[in-house]
Amino acid sequence: MKRFIMLCLIAASCFFLMAPVLSPAAEKSWDGVDVLVVEKYAEAAGRPAREPYINTDQGDLLLFVFAMAGVIGGFTMGYYWRDLFGSKASAVSCLSKK
Amino acid sequence: MKSKLLYILAALSGMLIALPEPAFAMHISEGILPLGWALTWYLVAALFVGWGLIIIKQRLLRFPQYKPLLGLMGAAVFVISCLPIPVPIVGSCSHPCGTGLAAILIGPLASIVVAAVALLIQALFLAHGGLSTLGGNILSMGVAGSLAGWFTYIGLKRLKVPMAVAAFIAGCMADWATYATTAAELALGLADPGGAGKLFSAICMAFAPTQIPLGILEGFITMGVVVFVKNRRPEILDLSLTCHKTAGVSA
Repeated sequence: MKRFIMLCLIAASCFFLMAPVLSPAAEKSWDGVDVLVVEKYAEAAGRPAREPYINTDQGDLLLFVFAMAGVIGGFTMGYYWRDLFGSKASAVSCLSKK
Repeated sequence: MKSKLLYILAALSGMLIALPEPAFAMHISEGILPLGWALTWYLVAALFVGWGLIIIKQRLLRFPQYKPLLGLMGAAVFVISCLPIPVPIVGSCSHPCGTGLAAILIGPLASIVVAAVALLIQALFLAHGGLSTLGGNILSMGVAGSLAGWFTYIGLKRLKVPMAVAAFIAGCMADWATYATTAAELALGLADPGGAGKLFSAICMAFAPTQIPLGILEGFITMGVVVFVKNRRPEILDLSLTCHKTAGVSA
């Protein structure tokens, strides 16, 4: 099972990394569906999106903020993961505390 | 040696998939929804978030072990919903929601609360979504995603469908319900009187090429995690159901 999951993970990452080559629209900028769908229909209806109140979409600031979000989110997940799955002894047991 | 290499390759692949990158996806951006609809969605979302907070408080009092699970799923929903995934056949990006998985593991109402917190942080600091559209985004990703995932999973389990299959379908349904709700909110907010149905169909059709494959991917993620938890700590899967029964909540 573990082997199967790992092979799936490798296959999936190869697939997604090949995305620019596999795409029939390789010249496109890989916009999110918010731009391609949500904002397209909003603009057509005369209600374009406006700037966020705290606009971090400036230069590399957004990269920094997303990287920090990934690090903090990942750390938090790891912290609680260890509590839950780290070892049999320390793991949570709902039934034992009932 | 071969297995070690496989581990390293899998770890590297996981890191490549999980690398954060700024891109936007499903959330409705700031200022798109008219004030009336934005307030309506805030009100509806607030009812569910309030109910969810009460349920979380009750569970934490009765099951202190619920806290790490809540923390793990809160962070997971935040990270998953920040993660743009390219869909090569279309040439666009979108992100999974994680609320179907969260609903299975921590319950649907708690899942709504963690989705609300994740969406608030994204709206404030990641230029992802918006404060005026936060209610609408909570309703689509939090409420619709969590409830669709939960009811699909529970319904299929009652029909004796294998757990892995039930989790897979629940993950798919949570993702698609989220985008269908987003389409409904946009259609109601943007369409001319009487044209909401037509606009809803058009937006659903526009979402479909990206979201159908992504929903299937979310189904596989949900299935993988639920099967892992079932094998490693089956009592965690019982926790959500046990908490529901003891809290006297039906959903």
